[in-house]
Formats: sequence, C-alpha cells, structure tokens
Amino acid sequence: MMEQKILPEAPVQIEMSNVDKRFGNNVTAVQGMSLQIREGEFVSFLGPSGCGKSTALKMISGLLSVSSGAISVNGHPAGQSIDGSDVGYVFQEATLMPWATVFDNVYLPLKLQGLSRKEAGPRVREALDMVGLAKFSASYPRQLSGGMKMRVSIARAMVTKPKLLLMDEPFAALDEMTRFKLNNDVLDLWKSQGLTVIFVTHSVFESVYLSSRVIVMAARPGRVVHDIPLPGGYPRTGEYRTTAEYAETCRLVSNALEGTMDNVDINH
Amino acid sequence: MKTADPALQAMLRERNLRIIMPIASILAALGLWEFLVWYNDVPHYLIPAPSLIAKTLIQDWATLAQSAWFTVKLTLLSLSLAIAGGVLLGMLFALSRTVEISLFPFAVILQVTPVVAIAPLILIYVESTFWALLICAWIVAFFPILSNTAIGLRSADHNLRDMFRLYQATPWQRLRYLLIPSALPYFMAALKIAGGLALIGAVVAEFVAGTAGQNTGLASRILESSFRNEIPRMFAALFLVSVLGIIIFLTTSWLSRAVLGHWHESEIKREL
Ligand SMILES: Nc1ncnc2c1ncn2[C@@H]1O[C@H](COP(=O)(O)OP(=O)(O)OP(=O)(O)O)[C@@H](O)[C@H]1O
Ligand SMILES: [Mg+2]
Repeated sequence: MMEQKILPEAPVQIEMSNVDKRFGNNVTAVQGMSLQIREGEFVSFLGPSGCGKSTALKMISGLLSVSSGAISVNGHPAGQSIDGSDVGYVFQEATLMPWATVFDNVYLPLKLQGLSRKEAGPRVREALDMVGLAKFSASYPRQLSGGMKMRVSIARAMVTKPKLLLMDEPFAALDEMTRFKLNNDVLDLWKSQGLTVIFVTHSVFESVYLSSRVIVMAARPGRVVHDIPLPGGYPRTGEYRTTAEYAETCRLVSNALEGTMDNVDINH
Repeated sequence: MKTADPALQAMLRERNLRIIMPIASILAALGLWEFLVWYNDVPHYLIPAPSLIAKTLIQDWATLAQSAWFTVKLTLLSLSLAIAGGVLLGMLFALSRTVEISLFPFAVILQVTPVVAIAPLILIYVESTFWALLICAWIVAFFPILSNTAIGLRSADHNLRDMFRLYQATPWQRLRYLLIPSALPYFMAALKIAGGLALIGAVVAEFVAGTAGQNTGLASRILESSFRNEIPRMFAALFLVSVLGIIIFLTTSWLSRAVLGHWHESEIKREL
C-alpha cells in the first residue's frame, strides 16, 4: 500500500469563510466557521450532538444555503458544481430506495446523469466489488443487514468517482466489528481513489483511527474550537489501535472534546 | 418425493388453507341455508333456497348477463376515469400548494355529499342516463384516488429527495424515479377502495335513476323483481353484484401484490 502524505502545498479544495447558519426558529446552528481543507485530506468533524456537524456538511454539499459567509468547493460556490458527480454524500441512514435492487440503487447517480444501464454496468459492478457486495447486486435492500445497506450506500456515493466524499455518521448504528471493517474499507477507498473525505462522527476513537486531521466543534452556538492535525501516518490497520501513539492521540482529542462539553473555550 | 422440505410443505399447507377454507365455509353456509329453508318449509317468495336461486340464474341468464355487462361497463369506465382524474389532479396538487389549497374544498364537497342526494340532480341535468350514472359512480371513486395520490407523491423520504437534488436530477427524473415509486403503495391502497366504491356508486345511482328497459344494469333488475315480487330473481341479481364486487377486490389485490410484492411491507410475506 502506498504511503499517503498530505502535502501542505496541495491545492485547497474546500474553503469556508466566516460561515453562519441561522434557522427560522432563531437557532444558530453554525457560527463564524472558517476552514480550509486541502485535496486528499481525511478530516473528521467531531463534537457533541447538536453542535452543527450535519448542518456544516449539508452546507458544503450545497443541500443547505449559508446565512452569511461563503463556501467554495473545487473553486465553485457550494452546490454549484458543473455536474452532480463532484461530491459523494453518505447519509446517516443508508437511504436506499426500497423498490430498487442493490444494482439499481448504486446505478442511480449514473442514471441521473443519463448513462444507460449497459454503459454504467461495469462501473456499478466495480463500485459493488469495492465494498464486497458484488454477489448481492440482485437483492433488495430489505434482504440486507444494516452493515450491508451502509456499504451499498457507500458504493452509491463512490460510483461517480467523486473528488469529495462527505459522510454523516455513517456507522453510528452499527456494531463494533462491522464498524471496524467498514473503517478499513473507507481508508482503503480513500487511499486508492485519492479522494478528500469529510467524516462526521461522535466517536473520538473512530476519528483518531481514520483521520489526518480532527475538527472539534462545540454547541450553542455551533462553532469550531480545535483544529488538530494528527501525527499518525498511514497505512493504518487494526494494530494501530493498540499502539501508544494511538492511545495518546485519543487522550489528546478526548480532552479537547471534553473542554467543549463544559463550554470552556480552550483556545483562550 | 421422500425427503419433503418442511418449509415447502408449510407453504403448500398455507396455500391450501387459504383456498380451501373460504370455499368450504361458503359451501357450508349455503348448505345450512338450503337445509333450513327446506326443513322449515319457508315459502320461496320470502327466502328462496340457494338451489332455486341458481335455477333462476340459469333461466334468466340472457337478461341478467346483459344487465351485469352494463354494470361492469359502468363500473370499469367510472373507475378508469377516477384513476385518470385523481392521478392527474393529485400530481397537480403535489406540484403546487396553491392549486391544492384552492381546489381541495371542491374535492371534499364532492366526497362528503352522499351520492344518493346528488344523483337526482345529475339525472335532471345530464340527458343520457348512462352518462349520468357514470358521473355518479365517478364521484364516489374519485376522492380516494385523488387524496392518496397527493399524499403519496409527498411521502418520499427526505434524504432521498436530498440525494436527487445532490445529483441534480431533472424534475422529470425526480417524478419518475422517486416520487412515483414512493406514491405507489398509497395509490394501490386507494385503488382497492375505489374499485369497490365504483361498483357501489354504479348500483346506487341506478337505484336512484330507477330506469327500466333493455339497456340497464343489475340494480334495475333488482328493483324490477321487487315490484313483481320475484324474490328468487332478486337474489340472483344480488348474487351477481356480489360476484362482481369479489372479482374487483381480487383483481385489485392481485395487482397490488404484483406491483408492490417485491419491496413494500404491506405485501411482503415475511419469512420466520
Ligand atoms: N432544519 C432545521 N430547522 C431548525 N433547526 C435546525 C434544523 N436543522 C438543525 N437545526 C438545529 O441546528 C443545530 C445543529 O443541528 P445539526 O443537525 O447540525 O447537529 P449535529 O451536530 O449534526 O448533531 P447530531 O450529532 O445529533 O447529528 C441543532 O440545535 C438543531 O436543533
Ligand atoms: Mg447530525
């Protein structure tokens, strides 16, 4: 496996400048969020429930508008990329169409781009292979386990070969074994496809295992309180979880997160 | 076959059960009826025995079949028009909130006014009896289709909606690949109801119209027999109405299973 290094001079892919999001009910979900994410980074958004992680992700994808400030993705304002294939989005739930087979669910993004089943076939199968579900392409979602559904959802996000993969707590509802397995799958994908990943999670351990950088957020109002580049190199395997470095990094990130819970801003 | 698969056996048993039990219970009821009429010597102008009804059915088959065909035409045509109108208007409702809010009161008025109460008016204004009856049956069948289609089209999962937006689906793609499949279970439920209602509407309207003559439906046969005190014939016509209702029910149920069976909870047989 190749060693992935995020060069400091890699071009900036996502730029958030002073972004606010206020909802109609006067909730400030995100306040003053400024962030630069470079191509090829694996960034985790970590924070307590309600701190605006999902909101931030939705604004980056263009599904939500900003109240003030600006977000640019691949040089375009968020949500205005030229085609819909630049961004892959994995929702917290698998969000599959129950009436369609696994194949048709993964085929959907390509179908919406106007590709015929025949043209798209090899790419769909490749994506299913990647998540180890090639054998299930004719199954319906109800015939799959929760973890398998999640993998279909990841295959669907990957089938357009996006430059940016946004994942909103994709494994929150899964057992630890499945989660570890999917963690490694995502890392493999990231390495082999050279993507940028933003990964929303509640779990310190998950964020430290996966990311090259952790953004710690606090609630009321939702904001970034820490931006922690992680020391650990890649590739990471299950063994990495037993190293002293991993334990130490977890402790560091954990402390940073705890600070947000007391509403103490450690930056000052 | 020596090694019988228990699951297969259970399935066969279940299927036999589902076919045999209803038939057996109906036959038993008919037998009891026949017996009670014979045993108590009930005169046939009060309650005819099933055998006499069957005989009447065969004797009067020519006129009864013609009337049944008239009722079938009326029912199917009104149901088709209800589907066409309900789906079109339902889509319009789902597209535009303004249209829905302005037109919904009319739909509700049509729904809550008993068809027996409007039928005389319609019969006055519409010259052709067939068309008047058609309108009455249509009114009854239309509302469930309209309201369920409108609700169904709105019921698509919001994350899936977001996904379609993310991939910049055209409005047509959204309708075709997301909204219509999401609405299908609602539509199918409405179809089951509307099928039965169309028949009821057709029969009730004809009762109100009280038409006589050649080109009329089963309700007219029932009325006519009642005037002439031909009770067995009345039962025979009634029997045909029930058979039509059962056929409509079975057809719509089958259709619903055929369309939704592979994915929707309501039609999936769970394996335990
Ligand atoms: N559509 C909405 N309308 C009004 N308020 C909203 C809406 N969506 C989110 N909020 C509010 O914005 C804040 C942040 O919500 P968000 O969903 O981004 O949190 P989160 O960090 O993703 O939480 P969780 O980890 O529980 O998913 C919350 O206080 C929530 O109540
Ligand atoms: Mg969230």
